[in-house]
Amino acid sequence: MTVLRNLAASAALALGLASAAQAVDLEFYFPVAIGGPATQIIDELVADYAAVAPGVKITAIYAGSYPDTLSRAITASRGGNPPQLAILDAPDLFTLLDEDLILPWDDFLTEEEMKTWVGGFFPAFMQNSQTEGKTWGIPFQRSTPVIYWNKDAFKAAGLDPEVPPATWDEMVEMGKKLTLRDASGKVTQWGVRIPAQSVWLPSGLVAANGGEMSSEDGTEAYFNTPETIGAIEFLAALSREHGVMEPGVLDWGATPRAFLDGQAAIIWTTTGNLTNIRKNATFPFGVGMLPAKVRRGAPTGGGNFYLFKGASDEQLAEAVKFVKWATAPAQAAKWSIATGYVAPRPEVWETEVMKEYVKEVPGAVVARDQLQYTIRQFSTYDVLQVSKAFNDNVAAVIAGEKTAAQAMADAQARADAILAPYRK
Amino acid sequence: MLRREWLVALAFLAPALTLLFTFTHYPAIQTVIDSFWSTPRGRRPAAFVGTDNYARLLQDPIFVRAMVNNAIYAAITIPASILLALVMAMFVEGRIRGRALVRMAYFTPTVLPLIAVANIWLFFFLPGFGLLEQLRSLLGLSPRNWIGSPETALYGVSAVTVWSQAGFFMIFYLAALTTIPPSLREAAAIEGCSRWTFFRRVTWPLIMPTTLFVSVNATINAFRTVDHIFVMTEGGPNNASMLLLYYIYAQGFRFWDTAYAATLTVVMVAILALVGIGQFFLLDRRVHYR
Amino acid sequence: MSTIVTIARPFDPDRALIHLGAWTLALMWILPLAYAVWTAFHPSAYETRFDLLAPLTLENFTRAWTAAPFGRYYVNTILLVTMILTVQLVLCSLAAFAFARFDFPGRNILFALVLVQLMVMPDILIVRNYATMGRLGLIDSILAIGLPYFASGFAIFLLRQTFKTVPRELDEAARVEGCSWLGLLWRVYVPLARPTMLAFGLVSVSHHWNNFLWPLIITSSVHTRPLTVGLSIFATTDSGTDWSVINAATLITSGPLLIGFLIFQRQFVQSFMRAGIK
Repeated sequence: MTVLRNLAASAALALGLASAAQAVDLEFYFPVAIGGPATQIIDELVADYAAVAPGVKITAIYAGSYPDTLSRAITASRGGNPPQLAILDAPDLFTLLDEDLILPWDDFLTEEEMKTWVGGFFPAFMQNSQTEGKTWGIPFQRSTPVIYWNKDAFKAAGLDPEVPPATWDEMVEMGKKLTLRDASGKVTQWGVRIPAQSVWLPSGLVAANGGEMSSEDGTEAYFNTPETIGAIEFLAALSREHGVMEPGVLDWGATPRAFLDGQAAIIWTTTGNLTNIRKNATFPFGVGMLPAKVRRGAPTGGGNFYLFKGASDEQLAEAVKFVKWATAPAQAAKWSIATGYVAPRPEVWETEVMKEYVKEVPGAVVARDQLQYTIRQFSTYDVLQVSKAFNDNVAAVIAGEKTAAQAMADAQARADAILAPYRK
Repeated sequence: MLRREWLVALAFLAPALTLLFTFTHYPAIQTVIDSFWSTPRGRRPAAFVGTDNYARLLQDPIFVRAMVNNAIYAAITIPASILLALVMAMFVEGRIRGRALVRMAYFTPTVLPLIAVANIWLFFFLPGFGLLEQLRSLLGLSPRNWIGSPETALYGVSAVTVWSQAGFFMIFYLAALTTIPPSLREAAAIEGCSRWTFFRRVTWPLIMPTTLFVSVNATINAFRTVDHIFVMTEGGPNNASMLLLYYIYAQGFRFWDTAYAATLTVVMVAILALVGIGQFFLLDRRVHYR
Repeated sequence: MSTIVTIARPFDPDRALIHLGAWTLALMWILPLAYAVWTAFHPSAYETRFDLLAPLTLENFTRAWTAAPFGRYYVNTILLVTMILTVQLVLCSLAAFAFARFDFPGRNILFALVLVQLMVMPDILIVRNYATMGRLGLIDSILAIGLPYFASGFAIFLLRQTFKTVPRELDEAARVEGCSWLGLLWRVYVPLARPTMLAFGLVSVSHHWNNFLWPLIITSSVHTRPLTVGLSIFATTDSGTDWSVINAATLITSGPLLIGFLIFQRQFVQSFMRAGIK
């Protein structure tokens, strides 16, 4: 096919046609979920591609956060003007299927490509990318949560600054030593900070407790399970019982600031914060995997490439080529280093630039190594509503309004009501 | 002759009324119709569901929570904003030192986008290191997670609303206060009438129409002002700061359940219509007076 | 209060209390803003540590400015508020004139329908208006942000009140001289309603400069987003919030309006008083 295209192109040139007449236009939506110059990096990526593939004109459209980008993709599609390609949150898969907006990559790849290319991503990242026996998402800006710990604070508390907590019990023990109070009993430094505004970090606790959050087909949420209840109980106990975490639902956005200011000695947040913390920390810090209960565990996170319905075959073929190029080692390494996202293919980590980077920032490999322990990121049909049922009830447990068992039973009832129509 | 004038009037009215009907009356009516249908999804078109959406409304704890919250929010922001606006106007109207500066301080929050000041307030409220917390710790009080706790989140966002709108209402009171004839004041001073008596007997009755006008605006704002919720709490934690309009937004544009969002909108329109009818009877006198 | 009283009583405890109250309240009101300004001009390391000697910097502003297309957002917002105000003044003057000067059947009913909008604002009918814009093919356009606000019930109400105060003799005279209805409106009524228009204009501009919910829903690209939406998108990230930069961006977005009102605050207050919005 490529040969044919080349032939056609040279024929066109031979006929003296301007190559612009041949150009394929692609519209591509992307979100920026991290601070920093991600917009510029995407623009550079697109410009680089223009140099390799002059026949394709890619317009990269920055559409805001993940939910904003999803909204934009849905409305544009309903309005008959869908993009050909978009990076969207991996858990949005079932929403996209329900809205009937996306195409499986299988249709545009040979069996060989399916094996070598699609098969070449970390399996952990494919968990949220495949369902109904097809591949719908190609991992691009993916992440996992990790812990960051303040080595100075560890030293001051008489702990080994090189050893982070490996288990929940250790985290509580260390947290107690790390929680400092002044003469009036006011806490000046908390041991641990887990911002639980969304499903993401609590599901890291569920994974460590041996549980899963959702089924592969997106019709089941596992809230009312011993693993989830235990995880939420532990989360609430951190402040209510052990006194090592600030009470209340903690703000996600303020978490790095709390760490940098010495308000919290251990924080849970995304590996995507590595660049930010590295630049601003005034003390030595470490990056570690989430601590284990019955096993190590963490969710994956971040965005996938999706192919949209409504494009011409030619556009789709070009879109596939672009994505293959963008996830190739050179480009993926560049993206990973600039943003802090986890490069999604093992081969990327073998490149020279990536090896240099790892030497300079050893923390970068933690997220990759953690991939062997990850569970599927929470993802169901109507994922935002189901997530809300969970988040509301977690907040109720943190506030002491409900027991974990009661709250998770309520969340399950709500989730089941929302998901019932999707269970055939 | 008379007929010709009607045509002129019609021509003058037509553009404004067309737009008004298209974006206010038609959508209000259509919203009521939509509330009897299900939400169309990719593979499933809309179906007539009768009063199912309303049944769901009554069963929906978040809706009930949003209604209760909105009532509390109104009960705090309306009187607090009016009272503060009046106090501010009296302060600024008197001959105090640095009057221009003080007036500027009161008024500035009004000019700023609520969505922008919400970020400032979010920071202000942050437990541990927000400014409010630093001030509290100077007083030896222990930190509080103001907007991360269900007990205080609604009060936190209410405070921001009052802060941002009191200065605006102050302007109306200022305008009203300057219409009070100075002769009345002089007479009162000669009679040895106290400030409080003067306020109660003269000022308050004279500014009554302004109070009505301001209270109607404050009431509308209590249902309309949700911008800061987006930044500060997103309705949380556990819906503690969920307000009706924010819930409409979440259902309509986050969860894409447009039919249910329409049903919620009907409730909102009904509430505002009631407020409007109430206002009509209260302000009736004043409209005729003008 | 007359000066005589002040001279007779050199120390008035009431006055001292009033001063104390006025200034305390003013301080409370300005404090969050002062803190925002302070953080915006200092490195982010000082966000949470107030230190008089902290180094001053403009870096937060340059970072905010380069991280998001605020220049474009500015253009969008200015286009938006200008468009809305212009159309509002034209359409609502026409309508208000008709309500104030003509007797025609159904006038009161129509006027009541206009007043409905004072309560049931477009801000609330977002779901349905979004669908309408979709049908008109206007989603993600600046026109769509303004369209629902063009026919302002508030403006029609205000202008009708003002127009009613114009003495009938004036327009009789103008009509006798052969002035058209439109000419009459333009030459007699509009000049007399200028303070009302100014007051309404200030309210309209500040309202739409600051409006958020509807623009958030209807826009989805850099070319249409106003400042408020741009700022909210800028402020939501997965990795921590950088308040110094966000506060700088906040000042960027509201700066001109703020400065404008500081310069014109006297006129602002006076135009309200003269317009009789009270």
